[in-house]
Amino acid sequence: MTARAGLLRLACPCRGLATNDSGGREIANEKQSPSLVEIRDLHFAHGAREIMSGVDLDFQEGRITAIMGPSGSGKTTLLKLIGGQLRPGRGSVQVDGKDVHRLRLGALYDLRKRMGMLFQTGALLTDLDVFENVAFPLRAHTQLPEAMVRDLVLLKLEAVGLRGARHLMPAQLSGGMARRVALARALALDPMMIMYDEPFTGLDPITMGTIVALIRKVNDALGLTSVVVSHDVKETVTIADYVYVIADGKVVESGTPDTLKRSSSAWVQQFMQGLPDGPVPFHYPAPDYASDLLGGA
Amino acid sequence: MLLQGLQGLGRSVIGGVTKLGRANLFMLRVLAAVPGLLRTPGLVMAQIYSVGVLSLLIIVVSGLFVGMVLGLQGYNTLIGFGAEESLGVLVALSLVRELGPVVGALLFGGRAGSAMSAEIGLMKATQQLSGMEMMAVDPIRQVVAPRFVAGVISLPLLVAIFSAVGVYGGYMVGVGLLGVDAGSFWSQMQSKVLLQEDVLNGVIKSVVFGVVASWIAVFEGYEAAPTSEGVSRATTRTVVYTSLAVLGWDFILTGLMFKEA
Repeated sequence: MTARAGLLRLACPCRGLATNDSGGREIANEKQSPSLVEIRDLHFAHGAREIMSGVDLDFQEGRITAIMGPSGSGKTTLLKLIGGQLRPGRGSVQVDGKDVHRLRLGALYDLRKRMGMLFQTGALLTDLDVFENVAFPLRAHTQLPEAMVRDLVLLKLEAVGLRGARHLMPAQLSGGMARRVALARALALDPMMIMYDEPFTGLDPITMGTIVALIRKVNDALGLTSVVVSHDVKETVTIADYVYVIADGKVVESGTPDTLKRSSSAWVQQFMQGLPDGPVPFHYPAPDYASDLLGGA
Repeated sequence: MLLQGLQGLGRSVIGGVTKLGRANLFMLRVLAAVPGLLRTPGLVMAQIYSVGVLSLLIIVVSGLFVGMVLGLQGYNTLIGFGAEESLGVLVALSLVRELGPVVGALLFGGRAGSAMSAEIGLMKATQQLSGMEMMAVDPIRQVVAPRFVAGVISLPLLVAIFSAVGVYGGYMVGVGLLGVDAGSFWSQMQSKVLLQEDVLNGVIKSVVFGVVASWIAVFEGYEAAPTSEGVSRATTRTVVYTSLAVLGWDFILTGLMFKEA
């Protein structure tokens, strides 16, 4: 299916946004498709602090792969490493068979044209309206006539339900709308994959449901490969085909959402169920409570 | 104590030299991106409006008052020597050689330079620059280079306007208020202010200040920590560094240009 046909399918009669849970599972149950992204022995450090220490990941074509983990576990850093915005200390990131960090700048930019990214804040250009934001990558990388740019932009905006908001400025958008516009912009060049950085953070339940459904529908309708970085367990497992849980710079568990729910790891169970105490203690390390209280007397 | 002080001094020097190195490499990237702007002149035009046209008010008003003060002070000094007819020369030379480029650049740094730093810093803090990179658009070419070029083009023009308005301010006070002969005011200015030695050197100064002020502004914005505090600090540093750099370069350029004086 071509990307444009997929967009029309997304935007046309079946544009209801109810999540089709089975869609993702079907893909998950199919025999393994080839990996679009292969990460091997990835090491990355900020100064003396090691963020990634020997991480191996595979993101298979057509799937939604979720990277979950607590705040500060390096999830966003991982996306920047995949996009070539950061260089690893060791290891490799291959996207569509190309080693991202060995590419020259021109080749890296060519690869990025095929990788969409949705930032946590939307990262819309604040001096451009919604239409121009979505048109931005088209104008930057194509010589399409204005009429075709207009059609494409309206097609993308219709897919995210914001065709009517095309004249609004980013400051006039809610957080959820900004992310939907950013998604339309990420789709502008018909990428092969999209990376979502914390797409559910700070959204109301309705907007969150909209974004959750959009990620699934966009992925399936356009035949994309999606990588969702999030610490929102409930929303992420409803759409993910495969989940990696990372903590302390390592992959601590991976598998389908159902596999993870049955994990024997106490840490994974605490994370998946959002328990306040467990292997990750509620209390910050401190001396004995009683002696601490009596010590002041 | 002494050792700690020396260590601190060493760290500061190394940090300063490292930052200077980064600023130079950054400048090379900006200059490499400049030829590409020929394909997108609209980006530069928009920035010329933002940093140049919108700075006109402060430049014109400041130029007028500086010229008027020069007229007053110059008249009070020259009249003691019976040389008040030379007021036009004094006002024009002061403005064209020194006050025009220096005050113009200081005002530019405070108004347009700080705005450039804040804008680029905020774009960084809100991930707009990262977003461009991921859309395979070089933010140096799209955001930084147009602002740099606009600053380099705008400042000399603003300085020329500052000096022209200043001369008129001096004329208003000297001729209109204090009774200096208008013919002497203009004719002495015409005969004593030389195109190459005075006007051209003033233009060279304003171009150098334009490069320095714009370079500092875009670099500090691009290097800003992506937080509100980081942007605030970058804006402050832009104004401080621009002021110091302009005054320092003015001394060097004056020494080189006006040796015989």
